Amino acid sequence: MSGIARDEVRRIVALARLSMDDAELDRMQRDLAAILDYVETLDAVDTSGVEPTSHVIPLATPQRDDVPEPPMDPDLAVANAPEVSGSAFVVPKVISGEEEG
Amino acid sequence: MEALLSLAAARTALDEGGLTSAELVRASLERAQALEPALHAFVRMRGEAALREAQEADARRNRGEPRSLLDGVPVAVKDNLVRSGETTTCASRILDDFVSPYDATAISRLAASGAIVVGATNLDEFAMGSSTENSVFGPTRNPWDRSRTPGGSSGGSAAAVAAGIVPIAFGSDTGGSIRQPASFCGVVGVKPTYGRVSRWGLVAYASSLDQIGVFAHSATDAAAALERICGHDPRDSTSLPEPAPQLMSALTGDVSGLVIGLPREYFDAAGAEPGVLEAVRAAVAELEAAGAKLREVSLPHTPFAVAAYYLIATAEASSNLARYDGVRYGHRAAGATSLKDLYLRTRSEGFGAEVKRRIVLGTYVLSAGYYDAYYRKAQQVRTLLRRDFEQAFAACDVIATPTCPEVAFALGARADDPVRMYLGDVYTVSANLAGLPGVSLPCGRHEGLPVGLQLLAPILDEATLLRVADAYQRRTTHHLARPELA
Repeated sequence: MSGIARDEVRRIVALARLSMDDAELDRMQRDLAAILDYVETLDAVDTSGVEPTSHVIPLATPQRDDVPEPPMDPDLAVANAPEVSGSAFVVPKVISGEEEG
Repeated sequence: MEALLSLAAARTALDEGGLTSAELVRASLERAQALEPALHAFVRMRGEAALREAQEADARRNRGEPRSLLDGVPVAVKDNLVRSGETTTCASRILDDFVSPYDATAISRLAASGAIVVGATNLDEFAMGSSTENSVFGPTRNPWDRSRTPGGSSGGSAAAVAAGIVPIAFGSDTGGSIRQPASFCGVVGVKPTYGRVSRWGLVAYASSLDQIGVFAHSATDAAAALERICGHDPRDSTSLPEPAPQLMSALTGDVSGLVIGLPREYFDAAGAEPGVLEAVRAAVAELEAAGAKLREVSLPHTPFAVAAYYLIATAEASSNLARYDGVRYGHRAAGATSLKDLYLRTRSEGFGAEVKRRIVLGTYVLSAGYYDAYYRKAQQVRTLLRRDFEQAFAACDVIATPTCPEVAFALGARADDPVRMYLGDVYTVSANLAGLPGVSLPCGRHEGLPVGLQLLAPILDEATLLRVADAYQRRTTHHLARPELA
C-alpha cells in the first residue's frame, strides 16, 4: 500500500480549487491511496525509450481560410453568467496580495 | 403503449403503416412517461418541440421530400450534448441552469437528418462512471432487472432503447460508456473511431478519448444512424478529415474469409464470469460457421490498460473541468469573500463525489514531481497498447472479446469501492486508448441478464466492424429479445 499523506491530500485538493471537510478528506485520502496503489502496477512495464502518446491519430493543426466570421452576440455570450455588468462578467473583488497557488 | 422495436419498424410504420411522425413521437413520449417511474432513463423531455418538429417531418414526407432514413423518427440524446436555447446538465448541479448558446455538431446533423429528439437521457455526472449512479438526478435502472444498474455512463440512452421508448439513442464513450451499458441492457452500442464524429458541443470529459456514438437494436439501425453524424467538422481540430463512411452498403452479410482475432488475455478464465465467456465463445463459433476464420492473437499490455486509462482520463478531466468556476456560466455559490473563495465554494457545492475524486486524482498526477511517474508513464503504456493492436491487426481483420467481464451488477454494489468499479472497464478502455472503433452486441444471457460481444476493428474500419456485427445478427436472434415491461 503506497499511502498518501494527509497534508499532501489537502494540498492537492486546494490546487484543484476544491474545499473538503475532515470526513471528505478522510474518504479522499483512502480512495486516492487505493487508486495509486492500483496504478503502481504500471511500474512493471518497461517503457524505456517508448514515446508517449498524447493523441492516437497524428493530425497537423488544421488552418482555416483567414475570413472573418460574425462573432457570437455579446449578450448571448454572457447570458448564462450568474452576474454581469453590460457584456462583462462580474466577480468578487480581487484583494491585493491575496495568496496564489 | 406499444414499444418502438427498431428503426426499421418505425420506418415501415411511417412509410407503409399509415402512421404519422407526430403519432410516433407522441407514442414515444407517452411510453417514456409511463416507464419513467420504473427506469428514470430521462432527465428532460422535449414534448412540445418534438411534436412540432414531427409535424414538419410529416409535411416533408407528404411532399415526398424525406431527408434521410431517420426523418420523423423519435430518438434520444445523452444530456452532455448541447442544443441552442435548451438546457444541458451533464447530470451535474454545477450546470443546473445552463442554456447553450449554440448547437453541438452531432445535434445539428441530427436535425438535418430529420430525426426528432424526444428527450435528454440520464448519465453519470460529466460521463464519469460505469453505472449511471453518479447522477444528481438519481440512478437509471436496468430494464431487464430494476434492482440492477443499466451500466454507464450512457445508461439512460441504453435503457431508453432497451425499453422500446426510442429505436435509436446517442451517447458518448470515453472508456466504454456506450459499449458497457449496451452490454448490460442487451442492445447494440457503437463507438466509432476517435475523430469520426465531431466533439464540438459534446461537454468535455477526457478530450483525447471522448467519442460520440449510437445505441440501437441492430447493427443495421446503428449504421443508418452513424452515417448521419460522422464526417469532418472544421470546428473540432481533432475531427478526422474523412467523409462519412458508407456503412449501410457495407452490410452484405458475408464474412467468409474474414479473420476474427481472439486475444488470449481477454478470454482468461480468471478474468470474466464463466457464463459470459460461454456466451461469447458461442457467438464466435457462430461467426466461424458463417465462414469467418478464427485466430488467437495476443494483446500483452491488456493488464495495464485500466491503470493507464484512469491516469490519462483523470488528468484530462482535471484540466477540462477547471472551466467550472462560477463566473461565466453554471452554478455560483453564494457568500464568497474573494475570487478564490468563489471558486472553492462553487466547485465544492457543484460537483459530486466521483467527479471530485477524478479531479483530485488528475490534479495529483499532473502536479510537479509526479508528472513523469504517473502521467508520462501512462502515455508511454498507451503507445505500447496501440502497438499491441497494430501487431494483432496484422494477423486479423476484427477482434472479438467479451464487452464486460460480467453482467449488470446491483445498484449500490460498488459505490464504496472505486477501484472495483474501474476494473469493470477492463475490456473497453483499450479501444479508447488506441482510438479504435468498437461495438457491443447482445450474444445471449447469463443469469437471465444480457451478455455483450465486443468487436473491435482497425482505425476507420467501421464498415468491416458493422459488417461482422450484422452478419452475426442475421444468423441469430439475441438482439430480438426484449425485457418484460409494463
